[in-house]
Amino acid sequence: MMNIHAHAPNLELTARARRVAAVAASHADHVDRDGRFPAEAVEAMRAERLMGVQIPTDFGGEGASTAEIAELCSILGQACSSSAMVFAMHQIKVSSLVTHGGDDPWHQGFMARVAGEQLLLGSATTEGGIGGNMRNSICAIEVDGDTCRLEKNATVISYGDQADAILITSRSHADAAASDQVLTVFLKDQYTLEKTHVWDALGMRGTCSDGYVFKGEAPAVQILPRPFAEIAAQSMLAHAHILWSAVWYGIAADAFGRAQAFVRAAARKSPDTAPPGALRVAEASSLLQGVKASIVAALEMYEAARENEDKLSSMSFSVAMNNLKIASSQTVLTIINHCMLICGILAYKNGTPFSLGRHLRDAHSAQLMISNDRILGNTSNMLLIHKQDTSLLG
Amino acid sequence: MSAVEAIRSIVAKHGKLPVDVATLQDDADLYAAGLSSFASVQLMLAIEEHFDIEFPEDRLNRKTFSSIKAITEVVTELSKDQQAA
Repeated sequence: MMNIHAHAPNLELTARARRVAAVAASHADHVDRDGRFPAEAVEAMRAERLMGVQIPTDFGGEGASTAEIAELCSILGQACSSSAMVFAMHQIKVSSLVTHGGDDPWHQGFMARVAGEQLLLGSATTEGGIGGNMRNSICAIEVDGDTCRLEKNATVISYGDQADAILITSRSHADAAASDQVLTVFLKDQYTLEKTHVWDALGMRGTCSDGYVFKGEAPAVQILPRPFAEIAAQSMLAHAHILWSAVWYGIAADAFGRAQAFVRAAARKSPDTAPPGALRVAEASSLLQGVKASIVAALEMYEAARENEDKLSSMSFSVAMNNLKIASSQTVLTIINHCMLICGILAYKNGTPFSLGRHLRDAHSAQLMISNDRILGNTSNMLLIHKQDTSLLG
Repeated sequence: MSAVEAIRSIVAKHGKLPVDVATLQDDADLYAAGLSSFASVQLMLAIEEHFDIEFPEDRLNRKTFSSIKAITEVVTELSKDQQAA
């Protein structure tokens, strides 16, 4: 079952991501301070041709695996959380196209454009009035002959201003139930965005997750051919929870690197005395390994399930993916807090080699992007009927 | 009451559908009719209790609850298996 070769790093791909990470790291503090889009890092992603890596080679991409994408998210997360999250959100949208649009000529052509022109994809699943449940929509798409029209009060569209296309949810028609949703691709010249909220937040400040009124009109063939319920269950859930966790792992891993460097510097000055933070470094190391293991296990599980619709839509799969999100979002905060205790005032202050304020603020988003309480509520409901697999390797 | 009638009345009571269940055909897509994944669990619990069966892990998926017909087929099959056991 555990096949380490499946996850052997693609060195050429990771080298490209490391070059992007170097650019992202050099602007991370400015992006954070000014709450601005990480334009340099995204430009570097385009220069390294990272936007389309997940797209099958038939459509001009590189067919990168979910594990490879997760590794890229983690590398970027160690440099600039906002850049990494923008990349992760883009790749989550790409995964929906790859998984559910592969048989459809328009979406095939669009994938080729994403790879060829290095388009950045945004997402509009949040809507005013749905109470945070993206599996419900109020707005409905109107199909009129070959054309579709949509207006949505999208309270969050991350990097809405910078996206080249937006994938947006709505009810499938005017009389559809709230949960009967579709996902539609709109290209930048097919919609207008009127800004309603400006993103000025504790962390993840460079994601520019502003609110907008979205108004779009496009050919109806741009509606994805599968119901959004299937897309959410079969590609979004796993990709979102795995790729977000990979970003958060990256943030925690960078914090850990700083704390370990701090303790090593102290140890070198007085090799005969154990530095005060040494035990906490060991503790943080164990926690970090736990997060890594959870992500790798989720990747294995997804790879094993991805060709099987029944497995992907099973409760055991949903519970496992939810558990990954809960565990990683909580644990990275504990890790970064440990690292702050290790480095002390030098972590608390900005502008030192051991500063961790940005890491801590960015990582606080993890529990909230899809609220952990909502996820625990869903999981607890499923556990009324689903019996957790208690075997070790099964 | 036949299995399908019993299932219809459980769907009406626990499915939290925005439409009248009586208007739905046996093979109508319950998710399109507004069945949420949350309500589908309440539905499963009520069905387990009514028929005194347990849904095995491989039946806990969207397909089982996609229509009244699909639920009836699974329940009929499980009732046979689990009574025989």
